[in-house]
Order: sequence, then structure tokens, then C-alpha cells
Amino acid sequence: MKGGTTADAPARERDGGARAPRERDPVARARRRSGLARGVRLALLVAFLVVFLIPIYVLLVTSFKPLTEADPSRAWAPPEVWTLEPWRVAWDRLAPGVVNSVLLAVPGALISAALGSMNGYVLSKWRFPGADVLFTLLLFGMFIPYQGVMIPLVQLLVRLNEVTASLTGAHGVFYGAIPGLLLAHVVYGIPICTLIFRNYYVTIPDELIEASRVDGAGMLRTYWSVVLPVSGPAFAVVVIWQFTSLWNDFLFAVFLTGPQSWPITVMLNNIAGAQTVPYSQQMAAALLASFPTMIVYVLLGRFFMRGLMAGALKG
Amino acid sequence: MTRVRRWLPGLLLVTPSIVVIGVFVYGMLGWNLRLAMTDRHDEISEGRFVGLENFVTLWDEKRWGISVHHAIVFTAVFVLGALALGWLLAFLMEKGIRGEGTFRAVYLFPMAVSFVATGVVWRWLMNSGQGERAVGLNRLFGMLGLDSLQWEWFRNPDWGMAAMAIPAIWQMSGYVMALFLAGFRGVPEDLREAARVDGCTEWQVYRHVVLPLLRPVTLSALIILGHISLKVFDLIVAVSGKQIITDVPAVFMWVAVFDSHDPAKGATIASYIVLAVSVFVVPYLVWTLRRERGEKRS
Repeated sequence: MKGGTTADAPARERDGGARAPRERDPVARARRRSGLARGVRLALLVAFLVVFLIPIYVLLVTSFKPLTEADPSRAWAPPEVWTLEPWRVAWDRLAPGVVNSVLLAVPGALISAALGSMNGYVLSKWRFPGADVLFTLLLFGMFIPYQGVMIPLVQLLVRLNEVTASLTGAHGVFYGAIPGLLLAHVVYGIPICTLIFRNYYVTIPDELIEASRVDGAGMLRTYWSVVLPVSGPAFAVVVIWQFTSLWNDFLFAVFLTGPQSWPITVMLNNIAGAQTVPYSQQMAAALLASFPTMIVYVLLGRFFMRGLMAGALKG
Repeated sequence: MTRVRRWLPGLLLVTPSIVVIGVFVYGMLGWNLRLAMTDRHDEISEGRFVGLENFVTLWDEKRWGISVHHAIVFTAVFVLGALALGWLLAFLMEKGIRGEGTFRAVYLFPMAVSFVATGVVWRWLMNSGQGERAVGLNRLFGMLGLDSLQWEWFRNPDWGMAAMAIPAIWQMSGYVMALFLAGFRGVPEDLREAARVDGCTEWQVYRHVVLPLLRPVTLSALIILGHISLKVFDLIVAVSGKQIITDVPAVFMWVAVFDSHDPAKGATIASYIVLAVSVFVVPYLVWTLRRERGEKRS
């Protein structure tokens, strides 16, 4: 910075000594140059926009193509005859997975938000000794590769199956079923949900909590009447975040579910992995599987963004 | 006593979550590590303790060496690619541009979609067919007269994993952009102005004022991209299945558990993945904790 000052000093002197008409010159030049720079930036951004949209173009165009137009020579052309047939076939195959995914993602997101809210409240406003260290230990759970817990998790869920079978006679309640997958998602979602709520609650003034305390309200009372009413945005962020990750999850699903309980991602992968399924149906299926999260993104992108940023820790 | 009464309810309220995380994260990581130290190479044997034997013998297996090599190539290309592209996009938008909302929305939307879904279209785009049989990008290159650019993509034995990183870059660079954009905007305009008054050129302002302030953001982005990269699984399975040509440790672990029915081997691979991620996530978490404490004190 200092070097810049000395190097530019003679130039400034020269400008200062110049007559008025010449003085306007560099300003105009700078303005023209910044106009050019803006044009270049815009052009680059548009170019990247086009590149980013290529996969979407392919998905859409291919999904409406009849089988007769599956020839490689027409790969990039829009369909001559638009048909909904691939979408119909894809829907028939995916439908059971849609039900499973809804049963998983909706309750999962809500339970996660409730847990995260309580944890975040305590860790920001009702702190106990060692809360920071505990929070860091909790955060590690957000980064662990789930492969590291998968085999024990499977063993635990199998054991839970045996226990519930001997107690209630119901078979396959946890492992290979939605409740087991739901349990896993809720548990491993605790760290991120707690983090988002904690970072949000930190912004509530301590005086509000203190005032409530002075009024004789306990922890839960304060939560209910002071904290919860202003928690709306944080709930939106967490519910959207968890809904998206549960809907899109593949790893837990392939390890923990069976044919009856496959969520949509596993179903989609089975369709796409089969060599016999035409591209048009695969792409229609991919679009169908992405619809709920895309709609959430389009309508509530603002909240989705905040969840993303929270993942970077410093929210 | 009154102090204890003050914090005890809070502790009680979070205890269930703490216990659950203790069991499901730390307990199970330990359980997995213990399993990796046994000779339980099928699903019926009890498994005797064999120490670190599995961790050593795994390296004798050719497939493991290949998958580690793949993971390194993928990580290098993906992390650097996403970081560079994300930074560039943020840099282009930093000073505000018409239609910024639209640009951001488009660059970010791949994040909302699963790798399994985007894998379908990327497998088509990166189809290895060439010439008459070409579809996807190879066909596009052919149409543009760039036939020489046609190649096997992820089926290339040497650089296939670099191709595999392309969909991942496409998916994640919008996120990096958002991080950097927040970082850029977090630099107070006063600081830049002060530097300009001191006679700094725009480039010097950027180099000496903005860039140093972006360091924490860059570190966060690195950690996030790196840990995603080391455990990449969905994308690989969606694009190429369980083929050795694109094998990575996470896919190899899946094969070991479900196809080879070798829990001890699966657990060993999983332990290596955990180790690789921990090596840079743990220092990062400790650093974050220290920094937060420092902020509170000051």
C-alpha cells in the first residue's frame, strides 16, 4: 500500500499541474474503460450461464423425445414430435419411491427442526460450563464421512429389528424400512440443525432473555414465549435444508433400505443404471425426482442460501 | 448452588442429543474401528482381534491403490476447479451487475438437485462414443468442428477421474461463488476507499486489502470442498456404477460390504476415509473454536 503511494505521487503531481481541459481526459478514459470492463464481465457471466444451463437443456429436450428420435445424429436437436410418453413411463416406475421419499423427508425435516431449535437455544442462551467444547464435538458429527458409521449403524438397526419383532411381533421395522432411515437422518442432522439455530439465536439480544428471567419465567417458558415466536426464519432455513438433503440422499438409502422402502433416489439410480431404459425415460425420471427440491429452491431460494452459508460454520 | 440451578435445565434439555451423538457418531466410529481390527472377513465368523493387519494388507490389493489414486486426482481437480470457477464468478459479480439475482440463482441451482439426478445427464454428456456414434459433448464437439476434442471422458484410464470432477465442479462452484461473494461484500467500503485515497490502484486495493480479508472464506471453502471430495459416492455411482475404472474408496467400501460380504475390509476402508477427512477437519474445528473464543474475549 505504501509502495503504491510513493509510486503514484509524481503522476498525481503531473495531473494537478495540467490545464483544465486535459484534466477531464483521464476521467473520461477511466469511465470508458470501466464501461468496457463491465461489458466484458457481463459477457463472461452470460457465457457461464449458458454453460451452466446445458445439462438442463439436455434433460428437458431429451425427456420429450419419442423413441423414434433416439438417433445419435439428433442428440442435441429439440424433438420434432413432442411426447409425454417418457414422463408417463418414468412416473409409473418412480411412484412408489415418491411415496417413500415423502414419508421420509417431511417428518424428518420437522423433527430435525424441533430438535435443532431446542439445542440451539440452550447452546446460545442457556449455556452451561463446557458448552463450547461440546458444541465443537457436536460439529464434528457434521463432517464425518458416513461410511465410518455405516456398518455399525446397519448392525444396530438389524438388532433393533430383532428387538421390536420379539416385543411386538412386527418384522422389519427399522432395518430395510423407512423408520430406520428416518432415524439415521434425524440423528446425523442434529449437528447442522443445531448450528443453524444457534447462529440465529445468538442475534437475539441477551436482555430479552434476561428480562424474561427477571419476570420469573423458566427456561422452557422463555423459549415458548420469547424465542419461539421470532424463530420463523430459522425454522424455514432448517426445514428446507433438511428436506433437500433427505430428499436427495442416496448413501444412507442404499445401505439401509430394501426394495419396499427405496426412496426416489435409489429408484432413479436403478432405472438409470439399467442399460435397457431409453435416455428419454431416464431423463424424465431424473427431472421428476428433482421437482420437489427444485420448486423449493425457486420459491424459497433465499432460505436455502442461508442454510448453505451456515454449512460454512461462520454464519 | 444457584449457579448450578441456572445452567442445569439447559444441560438436561440437550442431554438426549448429546447422548445420541455420542453413541451414533463417536461410539459407532469406535465400533467401526474395532471391527476393522478383527479378521471378520465373512458375515458369520466372530472375528478375532488382529491389530492393524487389515490396514496393512489393504495396500497389497490392487483395487485399493487404484481407488486411492483416483480419489487424489478427483480431489485435486475438483477442489481447484470449483475454487477457481467460484472465485471467478464472484469476482465478476462483486461490483454489482444488472440481473445479478438471475445469475446467482442459475449458478446455485445445481446445489438443490441430487448427484443421482444430475448423474443421469452427465453420463449422457460424457458418453465415450465418438464419430458417428457420438452423443453428448463429443457430438457437440463434432458439430462445432472440434472433433479433435472428442475423447473417452471418464473411461480414460489415466485422466478419467479429472472428467468425473466436471459434474462435481458444475454442482458446487455456485456454492463457492456464494461464499466468496459474501466475503467480497464483507470488506468494508471504507477500507477500500482509504486505500484508494492513499493512491492504490484498483489492483493494489484488491491485492493488499480485499484478498487478505478473503482468507477465512477461502479456508472454509477448501474444507467443505475437500471433505465432500474425499467421501464422494453418489456422483460416481450415478455416472458409472461400480466399475473399477472410476473406483474411489467410498464405492470400494460399498462393494466390500455388499458384494464381497467382508465387514472387516469394509470397516478398514471406512476408517481410512474417516482418517483422511479428520486430518483437515479437526484442525479446522479447533481453529474455529479458538477464533470464536478470541472474539468473545476481545
